[in-house]
Amino acid sequence: MKNFNAINLAREALRRHKGWGQQWRNPEPKKDYDVIIVGAGGHGLGTAYYLAKEHGITNIAVLEKGWLGGGNTGRNTTIIRSNYLYDESAGLYNHALNLWETLSQELNYNVMFSQRGVMMLAHNVHDVQSAQRHIHANRLNGVDNQWLTPQQAKDYCPPLNISSNSRYPVMGAALQRRGGVARHDAVAWGYARQASAMGVDIIQNCEVTGINRGAGGEVTGVETARGTINAKRVGVVAAGHTSVLMEMAGVQMPLESYPLQALVSEPVKPVFPCVVMSNAVHAYISQSDKGELVIGAGTDSYLSYSQTGSMHILQHTLDAIIELFPMFNRMKMLRTWGGIVDVTPDRSPILSKTPVPGLYVNCGWGTGGFKATPGSANVFAHTIARDEPHTINAGFNLDRFRNGRLIDEAAAAAVAH
Amino acid sequence: MLLIHCPYCGADRPELEFANAGEAHVVRPKDMDGMTDAEFEKMFFIRDNPKGVNLERWRHVMGCGRFFNAIRHTVSDRFLKVYKAGEPRPKAEEIAELLK
Repeated sequence: MKNFNAINLAREALRRHKGWGQQWRNPEPKKDYDVIIVGAGGHGLGTAYYLAKEHGITNIAVLEKGWLGGGNTGRNTTIIRSNYLYDESAGLYNHALNLWETLSQELNYNVMFSQRGVMMLAHNVHDVQSAQRHIHANRLNGVDNQWLTPQQAKDYCPPLNISSNSRYPVMGAALQRRGGVARHDAVAWGYARQASAMGVDIIQNCEVTGINRGAGGEVTGVETARGTINAKRVGVVAAGHTSVLMEMAGVQMPLESYPLQALVSEPVKPVFPCVVMSNAVHAYISQSDKGELVIGAGTDSYLSYSQTGSMHILQHTLDAIIELFPMFNRMKMLRTWGGIVDVTPDRSPILSKTPVPGLYVNCGWGTGGFKATPGSANVFAHTIARDEPHTINAGFNLDRFRNGRLIDEAAAAAVAH
Repeated sequence: MLLIHCPYCGADRPELEFANAGEAHVVRPKDMDGMTDAEFEKMFFIRDNPKGVNLERWRHVMGCGRFFNAIRHTVSDRFLKVYKAGEPRPKAEEIAELLK
């Protein structure tokens, strides 16, 4: 692996950039590893990276049924923020946000993290009260978030329609200035590149078909499309397919999998300076550095693994986007797609040990896991390496559905998020 | 958008008239005070979430307003059968037959 720096860039420029080489190895699977991570998305690759970097475990395989970063890591709308209500969530998401700020330097890979601000609109009295409650809770937790009047919101995001005649009138907004967007593919690639350089084997096109257990019930390895691979510790980081994988080890999960859709427009010149979200109408919008408007829609109401969603969900989102930003009403949409999100009853993730010794699970990110990628990976690596949770993810255990200590962000936001 | 057959109205109607109501055949026990934490967790939080055949409840909210059950495949999203609330859970053989 060759470092990206001015000297190497100049050297490569002189020979037409033919000397960069492969960014990560493409090895054959070995028979035995110390740790197997199932799922080569951002969270899985990040977990392998932090296991190698912070815990000295490098004999790791990351198994991926498709291609690296081809699941929800490559399908989300790249929004990053940490203004969650509860203490546990604030701790986890703010840990992630702190890591995001130095991630490009740490990985020597430009993840294009842009802190352009995330503005969440309030359209009714309930939204206003809920947003202000969030702001106060956030400030107590040291998370930045501030209240904007409609005019201040318009000053921050000029395309916003704040007319009182709008179908969704803007009564104010909560703004997290540290929030923003990053390039999702680059996050997976950056982690893959560094993990691979430290000796982690990333094995693509290698679907896990079974989880093997020993006489005491402990994990001994996995069955894959490319044969048996042994390891005493297995971390499942498989997003929408977590229930299917955990069932292989006899663990039933409190998860439901739904299609979530997103879409992008044709590229245009820079017109949209920040990220705007509206929980009430369930629409998110930002503009990518390529110029496309990136728009997030809602989930379908029924379980599905189809990786497509219904047209009426997109239509509802676009109706709202056009009301909020009338200037976009003639824009053409280029692509739409869907991903499968795993949703927990309290809409908070699970980063936990399981009843099966040696089996760990990182799931339940629902419709908003990308923002947490570095923080999630960092504390999940700690959980696997030490066989106990980090203080940051101690509350996000699987036991909370039995002892009732939920982290009920679902009730806090009144929508999936 | 799904096209859903309501067994009460006897008609195929668009998904917009319906609301999904989660997993079917989850029984709420009469004596909830007597449940252990593990039983409560199973009833209240743990879900089948299969990649394949799913038994689920729907409600025809914008029509007759009634709940019914459906068997649907979660990869193709195809409905295999709808049946009225209160009818017994279909046996594995019947579901295998529907899949043919």
